[in-house]
Amino acid sequence: MRALGLEVLFKGKNLARLLGGLWVAMKISLISVGLSLPLGLLLGALMTRKNPVCRAVLRCYLEFVRVMPQMVLLFLVFFGSAGIFGWNISGELSAVIVFTLWGTAEMSDLVRGALVSIPAHQYESAAALGLGRAQTYRYVVLPQAVRRLIPLSINLITRMIKTTSLVLMIGVVEVLKVAQQIIESNRMSSPNAAFGIYLTVFMLYFLVCWPISLLAKRLEKRWG
Amino acid sequence: MGVRDVTQPILTVEHLTKRFGEQTILDDLSLTVREGEVIVIVGPSGCGKSTLLRCINALEEIQGGEVRLRGELVSPGSKNLPALRQKIGMVFQSYDLFPHMTVLENILLSPTVVQKRPRDEVKAEAMALLARVGLAEKAEQYPRQLSGGQKQRVAIVRALCVHPEVLLFDEVTAALDPEMVREVLEVILDLSDQGRTMLIVTHEMQFARAVADRVLFLENGRFLEDSPPEVFFDAPRTERARRYLQTFSFERKRNHTKNENEHSERSTS
Repeated sequence: MRALGLEVLFKGKNLARLLGGLWVAMKISLISVGLSLPLGLLLGALMTRKNPVCRAVLRCYLEFVRVMPQMVLLFLVFFGSAGIFGWNISGELSAVIVFTLWGTAEMSDLVRGALVSIPAHQYESAAALGLGRAQTYRYVVLPQAVRRLIPLSINLITRMIKTTSLVLMIGVVEVLKVAQQIIESNRMSSPNAAFGIYLTVFMLYFLVCWPISLLAKRLEKRWG
Repeated sequence: MGVRDVTQPILTVEHLTKRFGEQTILDDLSLTVREGEVIVIVGPSGCGKSTLLRCINALEEIQGGEVRLRGELVSPGSKNLPALRQKIGMVFQSYDLFPHMTVLENILLSPTVVQKRPRDEVKAEAMALLARVGLAEKAEQYPRQLSGGQKQRVAIVRALCVHPEVLLFDEVTAALDPEMVREVLEVILDLSDQGRTMLIVTHEMQFARAVADRVLFLENGRFLEDSPPEVFFDAPRTERARRYLQTFSFERKRNHTKNENEHSERSTS
């Protein structure tokens, strides 16, 4: 065991601290996902509207957020808001803002894609049966769109969880930051700790994301 | 239009004009459909047959004229359009069943959700109609589990269960394998025997002859002929219709003796 440096885990409260860090990361991603899904649904539905102004604005937002690396967005919100507006936003709040902006943009594009993938004929045959606009969406379009959407949005959720590891760069003490601290403070006694601790972090991320991606696969199979 | 029937017109199309951009698809068309009449519309591809049916159901914006069902205006702007469309059943070439619903759910959707009829009553009717088209045992299956011909028969039952007064069939066998065409056409023949009012667009000439009370020949957005089937198929009044009908019959031209000789020489060597 010594060679892997895993013994450091069981020193003092190290394991509890790591799990605490994981919880910080989870909290940021859960709140962001919780905000992104409904906002993305709304914006995605708006993106299928014919209004050119509405579409152009949403398109710009989507492209801007996509092209920009998440790290740059984090710096922009965390340091930029303090410098320009004099706001003192905490690292965690900045992270939630950035991940919600990003998640909403990605989600809206998934929603738009799912909605436009429903063939025009489905709308027409619903209309020919006498269904009104709202009934067509409620009974024909949305059930099909949601089936296409669920596996894709679950993948987005795992992507968001993984990307929260970046927030250590704006001073949030999440699981990766805790790992670094543990390794740092045990540098003399266990020079191999880096391997064991990062391996543990890897396992923690895996244990969180794997069930989610299994679920996505199952839903995809059931509704494919 | 020749008046051969004194029954009430159920559907009238007057001076209908439809354009896509610069192109005129339907050019000042008028048509009166009487109760119980079966009208077959034929014509070359792109002549506007399908567009005409879509305009009757207000699936297309039109640029002139009007469509009326028992005197009520049918247009994309009509306030009661969903109610009017329930009286105009339409079956499409690509069946367009809802893939996330079983056969039975597909059929029950409009009668229970839109018309708010009691579920049990509609279900009994749906099962009876499914049995009639030979698909009673498929009620709980999903559309992807059915063949093309079966899907199309389900689509017909789905349209019937809404209790339409007129049925529009838009090339309903065009996407089917030849052996499945018959099972669908027999269902439609059965409907005509029941006295249903129908407008049928088809390329199946034998079927058109059997089912039609009137045949309309449409080309370049205009009706060139409006005849009883025996007149249209045996002695078409226009040269254009004659040439169109010729595209469905084949003859070997045996006067190319030279070519044939060459052919036989090659095959013996």
